[in-house]
Amino acid sequence: MHAVASPAAARPARRLALAGWSALPDALHAEWTKLWTLASTWWLLAAAAAITVAVSAAAAAGATCGPLGCAPAQTGADPVKISLTGVDVGQVVVALLAVLAVGGEYGHAMIKVTLAATPRRLVMLAAKAAVVACWAIIAGTVAVLGSVLAGGLILPGRGLSAANGYLLVSLGNGPVLRAALGSVLYLALIALLAVGVTTAVRDSAAGIGLVLGLLYLFPIAAAALPDHVLARHLEQVAPMTAGLYVQVTVGLQALPLAPWQGLGVLALWALGALILGAVVLRLRDA
Amino acid sequence: MTVIAPYRSGQRPGPDGFAQLLHAEWTKFRTVRGWVIGTIVAVVVAAGIGLLGTGSGQHFCQQVASIGPARSGADCGLPVFRLGPDGEPVSDSFFFVRQPLAGNGSITVRVTSLTGLLPSSNPNGPPAPTRPGLQEWAKAGIIIKQDTGQGSRYAALMVAGGHGVRMQWNYTADTPGLPGIVGPASPRWLRLTRAGDVITGYDSADGTRWAQVGTVTLPGLPSTVQAGLFTASPDDNQESQHLGGGVNAGGGPTQATAVFDHVTAPGGSFTGGYVGSAEIPGTGGYHQAGGRYTVTGSGDIAPIPAGHGGPADAAATLTSYLLGTFAGLIALTVVAAMFMTAEYRRDLIRVTLAASPRRGRTLAAKAVVIGAVSFAAGLVSAIVALMAGTAITHARGYYEFPVAGPTVVRVVIGTAALAAVSAVLALAIGAMVRRSATAVAIVIAAIVLPYFLAVAAVVPLGAADWLLRITPAAGFAVQGPYPAYPQVTAIYSALSGYFPLAPGAGFAVLCGWTAVALAGAAWLLRRRDA
Repeated sequence: MHAVASPAAARPARRLALAGWSALPDALHAEWTKLWTLASTWWLLAAAAAITVAVSAAAAAGATCGPLGCAPAQTGADPVKISLTGVDVGQVVVALLAVLAVGGEYGHAMIKVTLAATPRRLVMLAAKAAVVACWAIIAGTVAVLGSVLAGGLILPGRGLSAANGYLLVSLGNGPVLRAALGSVLYLALIALLAVGVTTAVRDSAAGIGLVLGLLYLFPIAAAALPDHVLARHLEQVAPMTAGLYVQVTVGLQALPLAPWQGLGVLALWALGALILGAVVLRLRDA
Repeated sequence: MTVIAPYRSGQRPGPDGFAQLLHAEWTKFRTVRGWVIGTIVAVVVAAGIGLLGTGSGQHFCQQVASIGPARSGADCGLPVFRLGPDGEPVSDSFFFVRQPLAGNGSITVRVTSLTGLLPSSNPNGPPAPTRPGLQEWAKAGIIIKQDTGQGSRYAALMVAGGHGVRMQWNYTADTPGLPGIVGPASPRWLRLTRAGDVITGYDSADGTRWAQVGTVTLPGLPSTVQAGLFTASPDDNQESQHLGGGVNAGGGPTQATAVFDHVTAPGGSFTGGYVGSAEIPGTGGYHQAGGRYTVTGSGDIAPIPAGHGGPADAAATLTSYLLGTFAGLIALTVVAAMFMTAEYRRDLIRVTLAASPRRGRTLAAKAVVIGAVSFAAGLVSAIVALMAGTAITHARGYYEFPVAGPTVVRVVIGTAALAAVSAVLALAIGAMVRRSATAVAIVIAAIVLPYFLAVAAVVPLGAADWLLRITPAAGFAVQGPYPAYPQVTAIYSALSGYFPLAPGAGFAVLCGWTAVALAGAAWLLRRRDA
């Protein structure tokens, strides 16, 4: 029985694996085509960038010095983080884009066609994740560049100027570049997290609900917790709060984690979600 | 010519009333396992997250004990706060230059100056106030008080640091008199008159033309009360807005000094002393020379607001028990949106509309079913969260900020109504966009995101207030358990349960958005092909 089960079983497993992954470029091409031929992708990309820049600009325009004066010690203000506030909101659209890229396949049973064309499921998932992350990076770059530009133009007029001792919001500054680059990667990791979660639950509505719940649950709980030690622990393991440490340029010593470590926490969440998604994809019928 | 009679089914038509439609929609809901699970998840997370807010480490208990005199050193002692006549926590400590007032009578003074000291702006400075300046609610004037016990009934007429003449009574009531800052060039005459249980306050700029500020009935006032001059100056809550993240509460004790003359009081000599005790020993006192009384004091005669950054920071609140509501709303949003969009995904909508061709009615039936289910889910989660939260708080010996019974009922029903209307909003958005993920994202961005931006202090307080006024997140106001007091400086943030709109108004904003969405959904449902 075993002998006739499959000619492929006779081949060395190693070659089989290689044969599967050699389909990656084609899978990438397929996923790329699927995504960019959807009108909704373009709308969502434009919305992600526009919303991020608009919220960032509004946050910068709303910044004030407070009653004690404009010195950095008095306000505690972080001009870079203010300039990048829009990422808190824009990530909803990026997550939605990622969720739809996966959930849309299940919604219309397209997944059966996809898996017929790319039977190596992990190859399909890797290709999809890569394409979605790529789009998120494109949208994120536009969004973050716009936000930094808006912050650099607006904040000095609100008293948070280099003359008052604040960091100049310009990509020429090391910490600003780190925060900007980190924010783009943050959005890409949020997209990967959403791909993983949605692959695991196989439904776009449940996927977006879970992803947004995961993102906003921790900071709200941490803000309300009376126990500040527990709240700090919660913040340093939460995908959103830890991931956004990468935007901080003031009071780094007080942060529970270094900026890149915080982004690493989010990367672990994204990796965990992708592994969970991969396991579910492998084990369950489509 | 043969006439072919059109086919008519021998079956009698079934009833097609609204009740049948409701039954059909309810059957759809309860037979989809994922939706039932989603609803249960909503209840569990909404109730469970609140439990996080109920307890923490030992420092919490010590912090409470340090606020007020605990009954014993070991346990955290209940009640911790002095309670006012209506059972609300109050601060009642001030320097009181008093004399007994028997029967009816009246006391008149002229206030010529009110100055003060604020905490040093250096965070590592001395604890005692050193910086010249007046706390905006520093108060000096005359008071008629039941006795010298903290929390007893009173009526007082005063000049406040930055708020002109005020008449206040029984801690929570406050009404304005003459505006303007008091000083040697603009003195203020104050008069309190007692007639039975009725106390009336008058003010005047020149001592001849008097105007009534307010009149108040204090039932059960004994025949002999304490009357006299007082000065108080509440802690300075230097709420510095941490731009782009959090609110810092700093500050510390302040003190104020007032100068009185033209004192007319029926009793004999005055005695001076603190009601309660001075926060910093040694502050406070009075001296009299040639009819001029100089009175220095700190403390406050006012209600204590609940929540973060104030004296009640460590007390558990209803708001913390109900913290999980937003997470429950996310789950309910998913269920409610899918209740509509799943019809489109599987083309079930054609069957549904064939069975019930009047599309508006179908939408209404769906709204009723999902609203009722969400109302029940919200009700269960709120009751469980409040009961469990209260039980845990009491079992651990922590302090729970007191709240009136009718308010608890309003908060519980309000939470259920918030869940119901949010679910209907999700259903309506789902009917409009017909894609579940997009609908869920829109509703979460409309309800949970503004709440997050306000609560996690991502945006400044002013912007947060506007978000909670105009977005559907205004509906969270139905959960606001405690009144905000304009006459008490505090951080009234959504995190502590203070919303910029009154409960009914906030809920009306959410209902307004939902009504617009439902109307749009009904219009699109009629206009579009299914």
